[in-house]
Amino acid sequence: MTAAPLHEPDLALHVEDLTVSYQGKPVLWDVDVDIPPGVMAAVVGPNGAGKSTLVKAVLDLVRPTAGHVRLFGAPYAAMRREVGYVPQRSAVDWDFPTTVLDVVQMGRYGHLGWFRRPGRRERAMALEALDRVGVADLARRQISQLSGGQQQRVFLARALVQDARLYLLDEPMAGVDAPTERAVVELLQELRDAGRTLVVVHHDLQTVRDYFDWLIVLNVRVIDQGPVDRVYTAANLRRAYGGQIALIERAAVDDDARGAS
Amino acid sequence: MDGLLTLLGDHTVQNVVLGAIFLGVTSGVLGSFAVLRQQSLLGDTLAHAALPGVCLGFLVAGGRELGFILAGALVTAVLAALLMLVLTRRSRLKTDAGLGTALGFSFAVGVVLLTYIQNTGDAAQGGLDSFLFGQAAATLRSDLWIMGGIMVAALALVAAFWKEFKLVTFDPLYAGATGLPVTLLDVVLTTMIALAVVVGLQMVGVVLMASMVIAPAVAARQWVSKLEHMVVAAAGVGVVAGTSGALISALVANLATGPVIVLTASALVLVSILAAPGRGLLWEQLARWRARRTLRGRQVLTTLYELSAEHRDPHYPAERGTLNTFHGLDTRAALARLERRGLVQRVRHMPDEGPHWELTAAGREEARRTLAQLGAAEA
Repeated sequence: MTAAPLHEPDLALHVEDLTVSYQGKPVLWDVDVDIPPGVMAAVVGPNGAGKSTLVKAVLDLVRPTAGHVRLFGAPYAAMRREVGYVPQRSAVDWDFPTTVLDVVQMGRYGHLGWFRRPGRRERAMALEALDRVGVADLARRQISQLSGGQQQRVFLARALVQDARLYLLDEPMAGVDAPTERAVVELLQELRDAGRTLVVVHHDLQTVRDYFDWLIVLNVRVIDQGPVDRVYTAANLRRAYGGQIALIERAAVDDDARGAS
Repeated sequence: MDGLLTLLGDHTVQNVVLGAIFLGVTSGVLGSFAVLRQQSLLGDTLAHAALPGVCLGFLVAGGRELGFILAGALVTAVLAALLMLVLTRRSRLKTDAGLGTALGFSFAVGVVLLTYIQNTGDAAQGGLDSFLFGQAAATLRSDLWIMGGIMVAALALVAAFWKEFKLVTFDPLYAGATGLPVTLLDVVLTTMIALAVVVGLQMVGVVLMASMVIAPAVAARQWVSKLEHMVVAAAGVGVVAGTSGALISALVANLATGPVIVLTASALVLVSILAAPGRGLLWEQLARWRARRTLRGRQVLTTLYELSAEHRDPHYPAERGTLNTFHGLDTRAALARLERRGLVQRVRHMPDEGPHWELTAAGREEARRTLAQLGAAEA
């Protein structure tokens, strides 16, 4: 198989001139994003800023009107096995009749390909991943019996067994309890320290500086992107969030003060 | 018993039973996917949309040829499904409105065609009106080959693409990200659900066929916790409902099969919703009742403990009247349960009063533990 020449192979994620629209309305407009390997990046922006759409466009789940996406220099179709995905918890019906172990094994389906069933190897990987996210004892549990935090850990475990170089996570800390949030962050930082790249859609501006080292501020267009320390400014957040200024400014000012001390 | 054996020896009855088995298995297995994909209403639209196809098949073949009729039914059912997809994707119509529009339109076309055929005088002799409410007794040996063939094809597809169908049903976004052709699998599953509908047209009829797809899956879901078990259980429910309904209608003259099958299936659904362990309403009620009973026992126990603490007497005997007044209800049953567990015991306090109760050593320990837990929860 002759591969197409690599385009920007030194970037974990390279998005160029990307426009996505629904029924004539732009959701993302002329977006350029470059994320170097080995960082843990947050994507923040108000509701309707196109954060989830950006993730879906990277994963080839929505068709862009214009522009292209490269992962480590190659299109997504060629890099599928190198990318792990954690959708929003609400994307699935948790009353589906299946067990935790089974859901985690789904993370290996892409590697298995057609007709091959998960076997002992996949089972062992799934159990190990469940252990890493701290819910090894839930392996046989019905997924309908899980709490919100446990659901999120199971989704993380499913992404872990994909053993990817780049992980895309859509709001993994939304609506989970404090211990789960801590466990998720620790796990993601562990992955980053092992050289993986993480792109996380994040909703909580207060924690951006503590958790992440790279930041993309998005509102249909990219407002700014780069290392958190440079990009996390009151001016950038005001440009992204507009009307919700009062709330934002307090968060930014607090953090600026903290950064100065 | 003899009657039943003679009955089963009858050719027509054999056909009916075999047909009902094929129907039950096909609609149970494929219906499981339809229900889990929240496409129950799609089944209804597909079934009603089969009617124009039934008529067209009849017109093309010039008679009641099941092969032509089912092929026609499949074509128009799938066309209606596609119409629905286009309506909801291209316009701002919501799915339920799209389904309703497609259902109404295609059923109206079907009824117009049916009246046209009836006016030409062929329908009665062709038995075409039996496709409205189903007539199991009309099943021929040659029809069974078609129904059995569809069943085998459906089972083979589900077995071959088991993990793909499961993933695309559970989490279509993730399935797309792992590279599965989600739209193609959607089309295949929808077509197969249309096939399941088509299999049952002859027996159940277009009006009620949807519930033969939905009911077995809904009933099965109550009893199981894994998709593979659900599919098998739904097939089982489908077979039971199909055969019993078909046999009853074959025994009683002029009884349309569809309603009898659907009534049987609905009864099974009702039982499952009420009685299935874990998920059934009765079980939930039972669990709630048990929880309340446990709670009452704990309350009485801790009251005894606090009374004895207040009187600085670990063996303080309390009278039931005191406890009843404190809790505002009769504590006799709760005390009896605690006594059986060895947590309280009866003591004789005064000759002119009834029995009194005191905590045993185990009871004091249990009360302390309960109070400690409560304290931890409050902190």
